[in-house]
Amino acid sequence: MNTQDTGTLPRKALLGSGALRAFIGGRWVIAFLLLETAYFCFRTEGFANLNSAQILLFYGVQVFLLAVAELFVIVTGGIDLSVGYVLGFASIVSIKLIVFLGNAGLPAPLALLLGGAITLVIGLVPGLINGWLVAYLGVPPFIATFSMLGVCHGVSELLINGIYAMGLPQLAADIGNGHFFYLAPGGIVSFFTRPEVERGVQVLEVIPIIVVVTAIVVGVFAFVLRRSRFGRHIYAIGGNSDAAVRAGIPVKRRLLGVYALSSFLASLAGVVYAFMYVSGKADAGASILLDAIAAVMIGGASMFGGTGTVGRTMVGALIIAVLELGLRMSGTPTFNKYILVGAILIFAVVMERYMPESRK
Amino acid sequence: MSDDSGGFLATGLGRSLANNWAAFFLLLMLVVFSMTGQNFLSIVNFQNVVHLQTVPLLLAAAETFVIISGGIDLSIGFVMGLVSVSAARLMQAFLASGLPVGWVIVLASGIVLVGSLIPGLINGIIITRFKVPPFIATMGMWGIANGLALKLCQGFPVAGLPDALPEMGNGYFLYALPGQFMSLFGKPSWFPDARVRELWRLIPFSLPFILAILAVLAFALKRKRFGRHTYAIGGSMDAAVRSGIDVDRHVIKIYTLSSFLAGIAGVFNIFQTGIGNYTTFSAMYELFAVAAVIIGGASLSGGKGRVWSSAVGVLVLAFLENGLAISGVQPFYRYIAVGVLLVIAVVIDKLFPNLR
Amino acid sequence: MEYVLETRDIVKRFGGLTAVDRVSIGVEAGEVLALLGDNGAGKSTLIKLISGVYRPDEGEILMGGKTVRIESPIDALAAGIETIYQDLALAENLDVGANIFLGRERMKRSLGVLKVLDDPSMALEAQKVLDRLDIHIPSLKSTIKTLSGGQRQAVAISRSIYWDAKVLIMDEPTAALGIAEQRKVLNLVRTLKDQGIAIIIISHQMYDVFEVADRLAVMRRGVKVGERVVKDTSPDEVVGLIVGSETVGKH
Repeated sequence: MNTQDTGTLPRKALLGSGALRAFIGGRWVIAFLLLETAYFCFRTEGFANLNSAQILLFYGVQVFLLAVAELFVIVTGGIDLSVGYVLGFASIVSIKLIVFLGNAGLPAPLALLLGGAITLVIGLVPGLINGWLVAYLGVPPFIATFSMLGVCHGVSELLINGIYAMGLPQLAADIGNGHFFYLAPGGIVSFFTRPEVERGVQVLEVIPIIVVVTAIVVGVFAFVLRRSRFGRHIYAIGGNSDAAVRAGIPVKRRLLGVYALSSFLASLAGVVYAFMYVSGKADAGASILLDAIAAVMIGGASMFGGTGTVGRTMVGALIIAVLELGLRMSGTPTFNKYILVGAILIFAVVMERYMPESRK
Repeated sequence: MSDDSGGFLATGLGRSLANNWAAFFLLLMLVVFSMTGQNFLSIVNFQNVVHLQTVPLLLAAAETFVIISGGIDLSIGFVMGLVSVSAARLMQAFLASGLPVGWVIVLASGIVLVGSLIPGLINGIIITRFKVPPFIATMGMWGIANGLALKLCQGFPVAGLPDALPEMGNGYFLYALPGQFMSLFGKPSWFPDARVRELWRLIPFSLPFILAILAVLAFALKRKRFGRHTYAIGGSMDAAVRSGIDVDRHVIKIYTLSSFLAGIAGVFNIFQTGIGNYTTFSAMYELFAVAAVIIGGASLSGGKGRVWSSAVGVLVLAFLENGLAISGVQPFYRYIAVGVLLVIAVVIDKLFPNLR
Repeated sequence: MEYVLETRDIVKRFGGLTAVDRVSIGVEAGEVLALLGDNGAGKSTLIKLISGVYRPDEGEILMGGKTVRIESPIDALAAGIETIYQDLALAENLDVGANIFLGRERMKRSLGVLKVLDDPSMALEAQKVLDRLDIHIPSLKSTIKTLSGGQRQAVAISRSIYWDAKVLIMDEPTAALGIAEQRKVLNLVRTLKDQGIAIIIISHQMYDVFEVADRLAVMRRGVKVGERVVKDTSPDEVVGLIVGSETVGKH
């Protein structure tokens, strides 16, 4: 590591002008992702193909969504520890609702749609409470959202009594694991449904539906953060909350909105989880929290707020996703993943300190 | 501008109530659960609760120092798991090499305790030298320690350790069957294992052990220069720097202490369970330790907190769980109650900023 | 004389302490009023009353001779009172244009429906106001973080001016600056004055006061103890007022 020197002079001599450092600071994350991907492509058999890419994106959707949620909160200078358990909570609530609606006689598509939609509305509640505690009562985000983590955990367990939430209609699994089109030998192309083929015949599945849904959602929120007044305001809040207040920005309302948005995205991730795995459990997202926060930090955001973009957060999330799949496919136990993510996380923050980008 | 508005808060009772609300809440809880739970109010139950809280007490003490200094240590739960697993692996290796059991235990424990300084040392260096926020630095260590622990144990608890471990870890000073006999340090060998529950077992070894550690830490925090500097750094980093405190050095010491206490917790964990345990994600030891410290009246912005108050925080959480369980309430309510309590703690802190 | 902004017998108490005690001041268009006093004299509290951070317990605030209710910073901004605090209140992570338009962003329609931030037009407007005040900043795209103290001060001033301030309140505008930059800021104040803006400056620097102010008011322990026309007074007399060796309540 070339960051050993904290004095300004030797570092300058080592790395040339500030512009060079800013150049590296802005780009090493992408370079890292490319190198990492290239490494696994050469080292790991079967990694360099379309299917791996799809698998990587497919199993990454929860991390992508939670990372975006976390990014919004981190840009304001806060943190949301509850997203993982909000995800679990939403996975359970959606299944309970859909099963209930199905039993009430609704056809499966309608039950899925309605159940999912109601879950997303309910999913706003934890975030609104978080936001209220943080913005209006002045509770530190760490405490407020950890409390919410506990509450979501408790309520989830009460809902399912210690077992999994289950009983979704087959349609849910079809959507959750569905692809846009399927190619079977002999030039058969089938949209949305898997073609009937003999056992053992390979069907090429192309573009998982939920990956597309996730990409759209991520795109929308990237737009919100970058181009909307709401986004500009939350950068301002993270940059200088006093200045934001004095500039007439409704800081408390914006914070309420940010935590609600975070919780909404976590709920969406939970509904997607339910469709993917056709089950729901309280700790479905417990282990993703580290990945989500790490993705944001690796993407160059600051813990103190004011910086970070959706694009770079996604690069951070991809670094983790490639690592996970790469290690798994090369037969290395995934334990190594935790070590590497931890190390990359610290490395990224050190890089951000010594090679800050000049622009946000 | 910050005049005390008088009234209830100005009275001695009011002040001490707001100042020690966690302790009062604990007492209130004990009274309520004594009425709602049949076997709640008994020495056996209280002993059990405290014994089972040895690990959380150690972790909360560790977190107390870090939080007073204005930081946070998210790695302690997984450092504990790493230490526990490493100790177990070492013991297995030493046993295989034919070392006597006593030496195996002493050597392995000693080595991992020294080793447990390392994660904290690294945390401290990353935080002070590279100016990485404590949250991120220790979160990185969280991942690293977790990965290493899982690697060492391949995802399974490490068994095959000496039986002496759980016997010592769960032993009592006094065993007695009323009116018949009494023995110290262990049950008489002629007494059948199956009837062990009939015995009165008093004062678990863990009790003086944890009390001694907490007392030393409380003393260091309150009466020694080390503690004074810890408060100074948390109160105002600038002031601490300007008054000549070697802040970087001190912060490194604090994270090393935190990690060392997590190490003690890891070793104790082996004594308590007889196996090497890795830490699971859902355990959230570090977060509950932070919760206990905050309920005990510390502030995440630093400068405030006491070892004994954090211990009270741990007991509040513990008796909450235990009391609810004994009263027949679903255990899941505990998670909700913790959340509510935490928010209350912070709001009280906000309402009465001049306390302590 | 016609005051743009005036306070009449304004009072603010904190518990038992009266921080501002029946203070009346006024400032005309194109005039610089300096507000002086020792630490804790009540200058900052008075400013915060005018800019809506605090609400007065008694007395009134008038704009152009009419009583206005100022209950929040937004009310003050709406009335044309802009305040530049010592810390400048800039979001360092955003660029010049974004800061000038902070809280009042310009939007445009994209694809006919979506309202999005109109950064190009905000940058253009920022350039215009900077030109008007003869301020040079290397790149409008650079974040505030990369600017010098004087440049930041200039951005903060430009922001106030852009929003048609009638009254500009500046809290220690030169305190954190080097000599050359202090001069630039003082020149900027003169430019603003020539453009007909009423300016209140809080300052510890006697030099600043005598350089740009037309009138000065001195406060001590929450009370206004004197008011002078700058060209008719001397630094010695003013220091006397500040520390209290002159007769109280001469005005």
